[in-house]
Amino acid sequence: MSNEHSMRRVTAIRNGTVIDHIPQGHAMTVLEMLGINDKTSVPVSLVMNVPSKKMGSKDIIKVEDRELTQGELDRLALVAPDAHVAIIRAYTVAEKMTINLGAEVVNVVRCTMSNCITSNPREPLPHRLKVMSRDPLQLRCHYCGRTQNLVELVKNVI
Amino acid sequence: MSGLITMDDLTNEEIIAILDDAERLLPVAKGELYLPLLQGRILGNLFFEPSTRTRMSFETAMKRLGGDVVNLGDVKTSSVVKGETLFDTIQMVDGYTDIIAMRHPRQGAAQYAQDSARVPILNGGDGAGHHPTQTMLDLFTIRQAHGRLDGLKVVLAGDLRYGRTVHSLSHALTRFDCELVFASPDLLRMPRDIVSDLEAHGAKITETEDLYSMMKDADVIYMTRIQKERFSDEDEYAKVAGAYKLHANDLNDVKANMIIMHPLPRVDEIHPSVDATRHARYFEQAFNGVVARMALLCKLLGVSVPKNVEKEGSAF
Repeated sequence: MSNEHSMRRVTAIRNGTVIDHIPQGHAMTVLEMLGINDKTSVPVSLVMNVPSKKMGSKDIIKVEDRELTQGELDRLALVAPDAHVAIIRAYTVAEKMTINLGAEVVNVVRCTMSNCITSNPREPLPHRLKVMSRDPLQLRCHYCGRTQNLVELVKNVI
Repeated sequence: MSGLITMDDLTNEEIIAILDDAERLLPVAKGELYLPLLQGRILGNLFFEPSTRTRMSFETAMKRLGGDVVNLGDVKTSSVVKGETLFDTIQMVDGYTDIIAMRHPRQGAAQYAQDSARVPILNGGDGAGHHPTQTMLDLFTIRQAHGRLDGLKVVLAGDLRYGRTVHSLSHALTRFDCELVFASPDLLRMPRDIVSDLEAHGAKITETEDLYSMMKDADVIYMTRIQKERFSDEDEYAKVAGAYKLHANDLNDVKANMIIMHPLPRVDEIHPSVDATRHARYFEQAFNGVVARMALLCKLLGVSVPKNVEKEGSAF
């Protein structure tokens, strides 16, 4: 088996977006955060547990015929802050994008405290969590002040 | 500043200045002088949870300063029961009033209200979160007794898990380099994220279940009620109810100027025999709620408290 053959587990895409270096086991969450589900009509390839020199193991997602926006990518900062994103046009990398984790995450996840005022779905103000630490990732709810980590937050993706 | 949601909204200098204002306002709070600094201003009292002292002392504070108060009244008969969001309620009261005092069962409600309102919000308690106006009256009481806030040894006892008064007070005392002792049953220990936060700010903390051994060199013992209403499981409550019962006989070896405080209401954690001792300060503490809130209302409404209140005020 040639090197190229072993690396290319999914065929190259003509147009679309490739998200590489997703932490192992987080690809499904990334799909969820991007709103990609069984209603999605464009082809989507998902590879999990691929050996990676840098990460040990990683996940990869390829979305055909859809170019993700910077806003969509920034939502991924919580689960895949170091992912590499490439926009593909005519089989070549047309653009490389990075994911930015800002000082605050707005309307990406809900606070995990069950008694937080934001747990009432009818309250209209945005869900706001401040980034307190990047490594390990820790966020604090702007309203109730509860500090929470990724394991807790992943279940609360909006 | 917009409102007072947590003690982080005030610098140490601002805290001291507000306590100074409060001290000058004492004769007005006692009804010995009339000083209508807030005439024409309206306070909206929004208490979504039961309150006796906080609500009444806000009302008294506003009225002593010549202002007026509108009340949400019983939540059961307001629009809240019809499903109105907090956001909508605030939009309405914001239009009726110049400042809002609010208590709400959900944590973060005060910040949420502040983000929804143009007028300042005074947080009168949000779930098990913060209660900064209580902290201001607590600090006033401590300074009144000891002449300072810095470097005191303060024992906080009882329900440290759900007790919002002790959460806010611990943060404030840490900023004044006080030594803290947290005495509670294991089930009601101070939340870990609060302890980490306090330690990150340089707090000196001792945690224990044994209140009585920690009393000897304390400057302040701050008792709290074990709050039945915060327990969903009756059996869990039964395990910790009555964990501490302070009696006058327990006070033989304490410092002469040590004070015992309690945010009230008490159940059985302070025996009535303590009331007659020189250590009991909880009723003065409750009165101090008026004067501390008078100073806060002035501060948030941008009204200066005159340096010479005796001269500016008029006798009845």
